[in-house]
Amino acid sequence: MFRRSALAFAAPLALVLATGTAFAQAGKVTVVTSFSKDVTDPIKKAFEKAVPGATLEVQNRNTNAGVKFLEETKGNNQVDLFWASAPDAFEVLKGKKLLAAYKPKATGIAEKVGSYPVNDKDGFYSGFAASGYGIMWNERYVKANKLPSPKEWQDLAKAPYFDHVSISAPSRSGTTHLTIETILQGEGWNKGWRTIKDISGNLRQVTDRSFGVPEAVNSGQVGYGIVIDFFAFSSQGAGFPVKFVYPSVTTLVPANVGVVANAPNKAGAEAFIEFLLSPAGQEVLLEPTIRRLPVRPETYAKAPADYPNPFKDKNLQGLLTFNAELSESRTAAVDTLFDQLITFQLEPLKAATKALHEVDAALAKKDNAQARALAKEARDLIAAMPITDAQAASPEIKAAFTGGKEKSSRQAELEQQWSAFAKEKYAAAKAKADEALKLLR
Amino acid sequence: MRSPGQVALALAIALFLGVFLVVPVATVVYVAFTEKGGGALTLINFVDFARTELFVRSFWNSVYVSAMTVVWASALALPLAYLTTRFEFRGAMLVQTLGFLPLIMPPFVGAVAMQLLFGRNGSVNLLLDEWFDFKIGFMEGLNGVIFLQAIHYFPFILVNLSAALRNIDRSMEEAAQNLGSHGLRLFRRIALPLALPGYIAGASLVFVKVFDDVATPLLLNVKEMLAPQAYLRITSIGIDDPMGYVISVVLIVVAVATMWATALVMKGKDYATTQRGGGGLARRQLKPREQVLAYAVVILILLLVLAPHFGLVLLSFATVWSFSPLPDGFTFAHYARVLGDSSVYIKNTLLYSGLAAAIDVVIGGAIAYLVLRTRLPGRQWLDWAASTALAVPGVVLGIGYLRAFYGVKLPDGTPLAALWIVIVLAIAIRRLPYALRAAYAALQQISVSLEEAAENLGATKARTVRRIVVPLMTGGLLAGFVTSFATAAVELSAVLMLVQSNSDAPLAYGLYVLMQTPAGRGAGAALGVIAVIIVAVCMWLSQLAADRSQRARGLDI
Repeated sequence: MFRRSALAFAAPLALVLATGTAFAQAGKVTVVTSFSKDVTDPIKKAFEKAVPGATLEVQNRNTNAGVKFLEETKGNNQVDLFWASAPDAFEVLKGKKLLAAYKPKATGIAEKVGSYPVNDKDGFYSGFAASGYGIMWNERYVKANKLPSPKEWQDLAKAPYFDHVSISAPSRSGTTHLTIETILQGEGWNKGWRTIKDISGNLRQVTDRSFGVPEAVNSGQVGYGIVIDFFAFSSQGAGFPVKFVYPSVTTLVPANVGVVANAPNKAGAEAFIEFLLSPAGQEVLLEPTIRRLPVRPETYAKAPADYPNPFKDKNLQGLLTFNAELSESRTAAVDTLFDQLITFQLEPLKAATKALHEVDAALAKKDNAQARALAKEARDLIAAMPITDAQAASPEIKAAFTGGKEKSSRQAELEQQWSAFAKEKYAAAKAKADEALKLLR
Repeated sequence: MRSPGQVALALAIALFLGVFLVVPVATVVYVAFTEKGGGALTLINFVDFARTELFVRSFWNSVYVSAMTVVWASALALPLAYLTTRFEFRGAMLVQTLGFLPLIMPPFVGAVAMQLLFGRNGSVNLLLDEWFDFKIGFMEGLNGVIFLQAIHYFPFILVNLSAALRNIDRSMEEAAQNLGSHGLRLFRRIALPLALPGYIAGASLVFVKVFDDVATPLLLNVKEMLAPQAYLRITSIGIDDPMGYVISVVLIVVAVATMWATALVMKGKDYATTQRGGGGLARRQLKPREQVLAYAVVILILLLVLAPHFGLVLLSFATVWSFSPLPDGFTFAHYARVLGDSSVYIKNTLLYSGLAAAIDVVIGGAIAYLVLRTRLPGRQWLDWAASTALAVPGVVLGIGYLRAFYGVKLPDGTPLAALWIVIVLAIAIRRLPYALRAAYAALQQISVSLEEAAENLGATKARTVRRIVVPLMTGGLLAGFVTSFATAAVELSAVLMLVQSNSDAPLAYGLYVLMQTPAGRGAGAALGVIAVIIVAVCMWLSQLAADRSQRARGLDI
């Protein structure tokens, strides 16, 4: 069926847009994407209008399923493009040689948004839009529970936020992974994990779908969510009583598109990328249901007044230069550490955190040096890490996840060690905090 | 009792199960038995499983949740089944149809609706908090999972138990009555034991299904159960970890062990009765006082189990619904939005689910017949193999299908796995155990003496099956068809792997696409409501047809 329609459209179409970009012949372009209909429909419409004769066949799959799909079907590939947010998914595809290199001809595209390079350095995928992480909250929830409005990541670690915060697991959401990695790179391994665990002690839930977080905030099941900006923007667009803030340290992450290796319609795939990067394609991103940040600086002139502009706004410039290679070298270790130390030990962690919040409240009323020292010890116990950053990126640990020869232990063994480590430390921290509480009573 | 026809049938079914279940799944789960990276065969992964505290904890959590769900589901199903089959009860068929609806909970939106009603800040808790200053953790932790699972899966027990109660020989009850038994004792000593095959069929399904369910625990963010652990590991990008597949093997073993254990319980007991036709238990008139009580119980249970659907309907009409007992306003916009897209989804859903359920009933009925009525060696294996489908995670089956069939090219170059019929087969395999258990229970209740009588009168085996066995099994087969059909209509996990184009996609996929944005909850709910209504109408029609034909036959005899 596919072959026939491709033949029908095979007549070469040369189309010159206002910018002078030439699109080659198109035909049916098949794309696997994790983007919702709200995003794909307007872009499909605009693309088919800009490139007569082209049809965009959208296969909607979540990022994981999309990667698995390409992997399983590579022997007889029928897909032209992979189109999704998470850069790490593209890294995986690239590593498995499932992408074909393509250097877009479009000019006027920024090299970097914030501190993150827009395009893959080897040219296997291109960023076409950016998004940043931040904090989203439900105003009704916050008002009913008399809670404050956060500004920074650290705010979420404070006592009033206990049991009100939600995040998706970094092992399940590429963008959450980048946020965690940003904190680790910005604050250093030990201090970074301390911040992450302090916030995590206040978590209500760790969801397995990135979409679960805005859903819970929108419906008022949790107060605050750590989310990617467009989740908050499109919720606002739908009328939900939610607010959003970019903390001063945020990462802007490009959403990407890449040509699949052995694409049946390579020319059509390239035409689609050129369209996405063209001024017309970039403008579609401003639509209320999409609300991604264009990578073409000039497009912001057409944006609504309050639209974030990463090329102008100070807080989006980012002080940190994101080290993608460092991130890549320890992806599996960081994700697994988060799962074993936080996701699967959430109850003990929360119990210790709750006790510490109580100690702080009591200390504020009546100071006690011994209790203060105990609380500090408890905090250090919570912050303790089973491995150093050097170990996390070491070949032994990497090999435990990939099954390579250098491995000193199997992944399952590491996981058991780490979770036992966390469980023991959290229980000890809880004991210290309880001891401090006794002193203060 | 071994004929060439039976052998051929058994081989055909074995081939079907082999090609569409065993081989695809084996291509995926064999990873569990290999060393990571090396590929050498090993059992070390299973040792790791037993040594990991998280997995052991998850295992026992799953056992606890499954067992408790069976208890609560029985508590919901028993009164409904008993009252509607044992008494003259107006609206019995309506109750049966409504009581079935919880099984058709569309993915994602169902979850949202539940949270909006029963969640920490759902309607119920917001009202409780306002009036009485306390909240109930309906959806907290393992007990939350049990609560939702009992509501979701109790229809398995209801359907199978009701079919069994209807099939009981009236004379048994009359004999007991003549001997002075009545009331609850009559039910406990006669009706319940004779309906046991139906109850066991339903209860074992609930146990295994809850043990292997991924969606509900994850919706409540309960990850420390076995099936979610497998799912999370298999679907994480980039890490090739054998443990996810090890857990899948454990799930499959538990499912088979459960089926084996129930077979053991039923062994050596004879549940068959000879009287057939328009019969079933004698229906008693309720006294007015009893009637009030009976209706009160039925309505209360229905209110509870249909609450999620009520929430779904509200959500589909809601403008914004956030941290409030009811939505801020109502609108038709969501329906207007989905109506245009949904006709192709609806057509596909009916086609796929109908075909899949038909396949299930034929194969399920055949397996039940081979196991219970023939002495073919290894016939139990067919039952067990089919039952493993319950435990195979949907994504594993989906990946297995891609791996096994995508390389197979049709003459024009398109891969075999790209054809929509492959989706039908995947759904059929996933839902086969439902039809199989129903058929099994139905056949257990039929006395073999009826078939022997037919054969003594000169009927061939095939003719006996056609004229005696199949008509007598109609009730059970229909229960199987309805269960398979309805649940197939909302199947997503395997479908998501296999759908290749929008024009081949069923409703569940359309729902998934809509739900990928926070703005899509209303539209998703609208599509969900449409799905539920269509499936409910189809079920009701098929029940009506069956009722008619049964009544007509009852008069004939």
